[in-house]
Amino acid sequence: MLKRKRNLLSIGILLLITIATITASLWSQTSPSFIDPTLRLLSPSSEHWFGTDHFGRDIFIRTIYAARVSLIVGAVVAVVATFLGTFTGLIAGYYKRADSIIMRIVDGMLAFPALILALALVAALGGSVANIIIALGFAFWPIMTRIVRAAVLQVKNVQYIEAAKTTGASDFVILTTYILPNILSPIIVQGTFTFARAILAEAALSFLGIGVNPTTPTWGNMLQEAQIYISMAPWFSIFPGLGIVLTVLALNMLGDGIRDAFDPHAKKQLKKRKKVSQQKYA
Amino acid sequence: MLQYTIRRLFSLIPVMCIVSIIVFMIIHLTPGNPAHLILGEDASEESIKQLEEQLGLDQPIVMQYVNWVKDIVTGDFGQSVYSSEPVLDIILGRLGPTFSITIVSIIMILVISIPIAIAAVWKRNTLIDPLFISISLLGVSIPEFWFAMLLVLGFAVSIPLFPVAGYIPMADGIFQWLYHLILPSFVLAAVEIGLVARMLRDGMLESVNQDYIRTARAKGVKESIVLMKHVFSNALIPTTTVIGAMVAGLLGGTVIIETMFTIPGMGQLLVDSIYRRDYPIIQGVILFIAVVYVIVNLLVDLLYTFLDPRIRYD
Repeated sequence: MLKRKRNLLSIGILLLITIATITASLWSQTSPSFIDPTLRLLSPSSEHWFGTDHFGRDIFIRTIYAARVSLIVGAVVAVVATFLGTFTGLIAGYYKRADSIIMRIVDGMLAFPALILALALVAALGGSVANIIIALGFAFWPIMTRIVRAAVLQVKNVQYIEAAKTTGASDFVILTTYILPNILSPIIVQGTFTFARAILAEAALSFLGIGVNPTTPTWGNMLQEAQIYISMAPWFSIFPGLGIVLTVLALNMLGDGIRDAFDPHAKKQLKKRKKVSQQKYA
Repeated sequence: MLQYTIRRLFSLIPVMCIVSIIVFMIIHLTPGNPAHLILGEDASEESIKQLEEQLGLDQPIVMQYVNWVKDIVTGDFGQSVYSSEPVLDIILGRLGPTFSITIVSIIMILVISIPIAIAAVWKRNTLIDPLFISISLLGVSIPEFWFAMLLVLGFAVSIPLFPVAGYIPMADGIFQWLYHLILPSFVLAAVEIGLVARMLRDGMLESVNQDYIRTARAKGVKESIVLMKHVFSNALIPTTTVIGAMVAGLLGGTVIIETMFTIPGMGQLLVDSIYRRDYPIIQGVILFIAVVYVIVNLLVDLLYTFLDPRIRYD
């Protein structure tokens, strides 16, 4: 029961942020890039909920607008990495011959910490939203391949798949209609975590000044600008960061929740654990 | 064991091939002429030609790769475009700070996460469970750089306990060295503490209900000794695997933390070189990090078989 509430809470937070950022131009009169030098570094008030920055821009409006880039980058990276990883993972898990080649490439790519690989790629490609998506998608797909491959290996030799084979089903049919639906839960869970990690990575790249164009409001860009004003205007550093934490936390909670919901094994174990400890303390 | 070690060493060959191809390709992914990009728009034809020759860009790409690998194997990582010093010397000169910050964080992670995990198992099925999970969830959801900003705000600006930034080499006094490392190392450690503590806790929970634990309890061993001696030592084994992932997180994190705290380590070198488009250094640092990471993971794997004799790799 409690768990279901947690999942609803995560979905609620994500929906709220998404709707707020999409409709931002409808309900707010101020533009995120509206500069007013007389309003520099004002502390939070009823007029400017999160205060204003060094150009007198409203931090609340900018924080809301900044969610756009983060959500787009995170979602697209999650989709790209999931798609690539699922495709290669299915092939590696199913065909023995392709397995060693694909897994060697994956091992090689996993030799780089993901953030550093992304950093190097963005350095080479140049910092734009599209290039950041390419770099992060490239950095995050190998983990998905590993997870999908392991899942395929688990279900591959189950009887109904043998049965499908004997009826003459093609490999394509077996992979898409018999194997894929059975391994969807780890894919969805990992996809959600990738979404979260991509948002963190994009923020880090922008913060380092190697990410999205600095004039675009993103949480990483805002924090980069806020850094020098940290003692003068702490609210400038606090609120964009809270935006990141709230979004990423909701995604991570959702990922955990989906995993628990899909994994009957975990539930059983929990019950068993409870029972044993109850006996112990009875 | 020896056979496994040898086979594990051989398995590194394809991995290093892929690693080298990726690192090599970085400079060729740049749109347009890399030499042009490095030197800027107003560079003369002559200087561009000269740099192309220096970087070997005038040869066919396969030859470039072969030559590059040959140079790397003999320890020649090329020259910095910015300062013309050998890349390897520059990287080695930056090792000290990165090594210091990583070691201090690892110690912090272990010192903090082990007691937390033991406490969580001891008081399992109480309020500590959801609290524990929430905190470890929060740990992976907070961006390192933002957490660093908060800590600086709290413990360097508002209450000036620690220096805002800077690095003192160990040779200039071990106390000053450690004093300057506390904040940055703690930021790096914080993210991993949740993960490591959770792995330890899960490992311990799995063995809590095993038969040998029940036997120990049945023969009257105190609960605290059961936990420490039997449960904890068995949980250490799965936890060694996290060390590999932990090192990756730390190495990635140092890039941000060194830049924020102006610590002259490899991470700061990488970011500075990206600003300067100094590709030989970018390639060198990334290759270096990948090699360190691969070696750490190899050692972890070997340690794993050593710690748990039940595991036999055939």
